[in-house]
Amino acid sequence: MVYLTRKAEFSASHYYHNDALSPEENQRLFGKCNNPHGHGHNYTLEVTVKGEVDARSGFVVDLKQLKEIMQREVLDAMDHRFLNKEVPEFFRQIPTTENIAIAAWQRLAPKLKQAQLHRVRVYETPDLFADYYGEE
Amino acid sequence: MKAHLTRRYHFSASHRLHSEEMSSEENLSTYGKCNNPHGHGHNYTLEVTVSGPVDPSTGMVCNLVDLDNFVEREVLSRFDLENLNTLTEFAKTVPTTENLCIEIYEILQRGFSHAHLEKVRMEETMLNSFEYTGENEPRH
Repeated sequence: MVYLTRKAEFSASHYYHNDALSPEENQRLFGKCNNPHGHGHNYTLEVTVKGEVDARSGFVVDLKQLKEIMQREVLDAMDHRFLNKEVPEFFRQIPTTENIAIAAWQRLAPKLKQAQLHRVRVYETPDLFADYYGEE
Repeated sequence: MKAHLTRRYHFSASHRLHSEEMSSEENLSTYGKCNNPHGHGHNYTLEVTVSGPVDPSTGMVCNLVDLDNFVEREVLSRFDLENLNTLTEFAKTVPTTENLCIEIYEILQRGFSHAHLEKVRMEETMLNSFEYTGENEPRH
């Protein structure tokens, strides 16, 4: 089994807010991240797939295809977007780094044919990232 | 849905690698430059990984403010800009980055209750890093 990781970068804005909570509770829970006008990050998406190396091509996965799937399924939807308002998963869910990783997994997993998705890692900043390994 | 969250912190400290159980010659041959009696320092990077279900009302594994406050109070304020050899934590063990990693893991394991502790990883330099996951195998 060989693991292969491909990175991509995207920039987006978001804010944290739960409609079920009072303004005071939102402020207490989310602090500055509760600003309704949003704020932005340069995100790094890291997608790790695993599989056996194909004897003929020497690949675990065709990187060009993986790059295209990441572009189409995740970057086209999230890059230069206000996540809360423009990405359907986040109309109801809060676009935390954890939830972005889960959303990216759910977008990518059904599209990957050759190799199996192992991990989706999303960096919000170089000092903060979330990992999702699928349903455990 | 279970996710993992990792936060990186930075602190600087000095240490000397020297074991009372070894002769001077053995200390020197074991630790080399790190055995310099006056000590030397590093800019450490500490990586803390926690896991748990994502709370639907917050979208979080745990509130980062809770993690940051805990690490600041219990780890960074204890070790930043200190000589590790002078601390009670290292009265009996050599302050290698392996032992520092285990010590920080134990501090988090004992006191941080907002999420499950998965791993503590320390970078001593850009070329050396160490991981401790308690009794579990590290996950990649």
